[in-house]
Amino acid sequence: MEYSRSELMPGVFLSHLRSDKFKTACMSATLLSQLKRETASMNALIPNVLARGTTRYPDLEQLFARFDELYGAAVEPINRRMGEVHCIGFFASFPEPAFLPGGEALLGEMTTLMAEMLLSPNTRGGLLLPAYVDSEKEKLLDLIRSRVNDKRSYAVTRCLEEMCCCEDYAVSRFGTVEDCEAIHYKKLTRYYRELLRKSPVELFYCGRAPFAEVENAFRDALSGMPRGEIDYEIGTDLRMNALESEPRYFEERMDVTQGRLVLGFRLGECMEDPDRAAIHVFNAVYGSGVTSKLFMNVREKLSLCYSASSAVVLRKGLMIVSSGIAFENFDAAKAEILAQLEAVRNGDITDEELNAARRAVASDLRATLDSQSDLESFWLSQAVAGLDYGPTELAELVEDVTKEAVTAVARSVELDLVYFLRDEDGDGEDEDDKDEGREDEAFEA
Amino acid sequence: MRDVKMKLSKHEYPGVGETLYAGTLDNGLEVRVIPKKDFSTYYAAFATRYGGAHRRFAVDGRRLDTPAGVAHYLEHKMFDLPNGDNALSILSANGADPNAFTSAEMTCYYFECTEAFEENLRMLLHFVSTPYFTDETVQKEQGIIAQEIRMGEDNPGMVVYYKLLEMLYDHHPIRDRVAGSVESIAEITAGTLYDCHRVFYAPSNMVLCVEGDVDPEAVARIAEEVLPKEKAPVPTADFGEEESLLPSAALHMEEMAVSAPQFLIGLKLAPGEGGPAFHRRYITAELAMRMLCGPSSPFFLRLYEQGLLTADFGCEIDSPAGAFMVIAGGESKDPEKVQDEFKKECARIAREGFDEAFFTRIKRAAFGSKLRGLEDFDNVCVSLAQGVFEGICTLDAFALLEGISAEDCRRFVEENLTPERMALSVIRPKAAEAAG
Repeated sequence: MEYSRSELMPGVFLSHLRSDKFKTACMSATLLSQLKRETASMNALIPNVLARGTTRYPDLEQLFARFDELYGAAVEPINRRMGEVHCIGFFASFPEPAFLPGGEALLGEMTTLMAEMLLSPNTRGGLLLPAYVDSEKEKLLDLIRSRVNDKRSYAVTRCLEEMCCCEDYAVSRFGTVEDCEAIHYKKLTRYYRELLRKSPVELFYCGRAPFAEVENAFRDALSGMPRGEIDYEIGTDLRMNALESEPRYFEERMDVTQGRLVLGFRLGECMEDPDRAAIHVFNAVYGSGVTSKLFMNVREKLSLCYSASSAVVLRKGLMIVSSGIAFENFDAAKAEILAQLEAVRNGDITDEELNAARRAVASDLRATLDSQSDLESFWLSQAVAGLDYGPTELAELVEDVTKEAVTAVARSVELDLVYFLRDEDGDGEDEDDKDEGREDEAFEA
Repeated sequence: MRDVKMKLSKHEYPGVGETLYAGTLDNGLEVRVIPKKDFSTYYAAFATRYGGAHRRFAVDGRRLDTPAGVAHYLEHKMFDLPNGDNALSILSANGADPNAFTSAEMTCYYFECTEAFEENLRMLLHFVSTPYFTDETVQKEQGIIAQEIRMGEDNPGMVVYYKLLEMLYDHHPIRDRVAGSVESIAEITAGTLYDCHRVFYAPSNMVLCVEGDVDPEAVARIAEEVLPKEKAPVPTADFGEEESLLPSAALHMEEMAVSAPQFLIGLKLAPGEGGPAFHRRYITAELAMRMLCGPSSPFFLRLYEQGLLTADFGCEIDSPAGAFMVIAGGESKDPEKVQDEFKKECARIAREGFDEAFFTRIKRAAFGSKLRGLEDFDNVCVSLAQGVFEGICTLDAFALLEGISAEDCRRFVEENLTPERMALSVIRPKAAEAAG
């Protein structure tokens, strides 16, 4: 797999991965901007409105008919946040010529179509269509309201919001109901035009076509893109310490049968010069995966929960421990989760635990090479962070992480906020509490 | 060339660039292997035809009736090994990412790894074929599983699904929750688990599917070395008398803490007979439903524009444990209106048929989606395993797709998607939550 990168136009970068092993090719185009409360809802709305129709395919019927013709080649809106960078745009995948009748190549048509969706939406008088904007706005509002449906991710989101209440990271990639309701199609068009002029753009391609061919296809397709003064001043603010001297506690009540206990931590001073490999291994030793201390002790030994797991948000220097417990087990589960962190801090890590953690993290990274969507998000994340090493190189670093390095990360970690989602009419103290075992929380997905 | 009889036969699928090695070992185990050069990932799935729906069964002339949730409980306890070890930990320590799931029709143990594949494969086969339960460990698991069951009760997607199944199926055990209930699992003892393991975990009732840069014969050889040699009798599941195609109720509504109504429309199809004829019926249903209510269908586009459907609206054809059904749903402010429109659209298609140009496009799109599905080892191995239990090979789908006509799809709609066959399950927001 060969990786190349170049700047095609001012502020427009292409990351290209050549590989013969997949049956489909994939690509993405992402506009980067600062995650802010005022613009989050507009950012979220833009790709959805653009995906309603273009000048050539003015409505969904014609656009989807074209996708079907291109062998189900989907061009899907994407809306992600990477730390406090808001990433919006499109992701597309389509069959490689080797599997199509007559070896039909779709690269040219797909780059054209994706660029068209990004740059040439269906407009009237230069303005995005009010009907499309209003309809997508309603759907976005429903989506924002629906976050309560999944209690596990709701609890994690609420913990992050409370923990980062003074930081942009508290802002959802969908924005808020109020901000979304205030969107007007004229204002949205103005913001969209501005975004096109000043956002850095990340392009990604993975497939069989050689670099020059992909570069030319994108250069042609994006030739009409307006480029003004590019805003390179986007990034993520790191807060090293907890907001207050004692961890904050936040409780919320709802009609649920299972409690959700979420602990929010700052990774702390280790973020000054982060050893990414060590942080990943620390997370695996402590709480991610079935050999982790949280799984082995909180779930298996004490049966306190169905699952308890940790995840780090490296870009923002955070760690979250999430668990599902019986309401009565709040104190016991929290105490055990913190006791296990203390154990890692004290270097109470066996060689088996350390090896298992290193192998799990390294194996995950190597498996990234077999999934185009994982590769896309790995390389976008690297681009946003200004890093240029690949999954294999990071895996090699992971394999060399020492126990001392893991302990050092654990000592740097600081509890900031405890969040508890519980039943409406329970009385504080009951009997015993359970965590759900293993979860991969996609905080930023 | 070694003078050894090949255990697996080779099947080429040149159109999609895959080669499948398939065969049955002397102990009855079905083996499927797809070698993948240039990939670092290895994936192995070891599955038994034993899921939440296999509550009543006959083996060796004995008839047994077990509580709901045994298959799933067994899955949780299989990882315990006699010397106090845990297979999950051993595999993880060895760099693999192991897990398991139980559905209505199967229990599947699997791992993914990028090194030490053969060692991990041996461990997978070993632990799944080594039952070790004590009353103490079985008792301890009850708390964990009860939490899992409660988590399901808070999950609107799960509730809306099971309520639909309860309307569609009068007595078929797929209407029972795979995990059982807090009450039903209280009846499970170490003895129950040993009995069910003996009956359902014999190689003759199981399938091993592997994908990765492997030698297929080596996979078969390892399976022969690790697993029991004898061929045990295959149990017969009793799903009760064949059900009428009509649902027992047409509408169920209940309230939960959700932001907007969630709904599923469902209907039963005549049970799956297995084999190529069934596979063809399955793909016909997939194509018909994609044209009827897929993302580029006139029905979906119209309701999407009217704000009655969202992008998460989807449709699924499913054939668990001999049942066969179509389910469509998502979120809507007015699920009953959606169902009315859906019924009207079915009637229109039954009358007018599908547009030929549309049909041609949908076939191309279906080909592309299936091709994309081949990139995912997990998806490929699990659907190969499921295919073995249904007497089909999922890779045959590409060839079958070619032979299906627009008229086949119209007839599917006319014969099956009639109003009296449909049921609607709805979860509505509680008044207090609705404001968001």
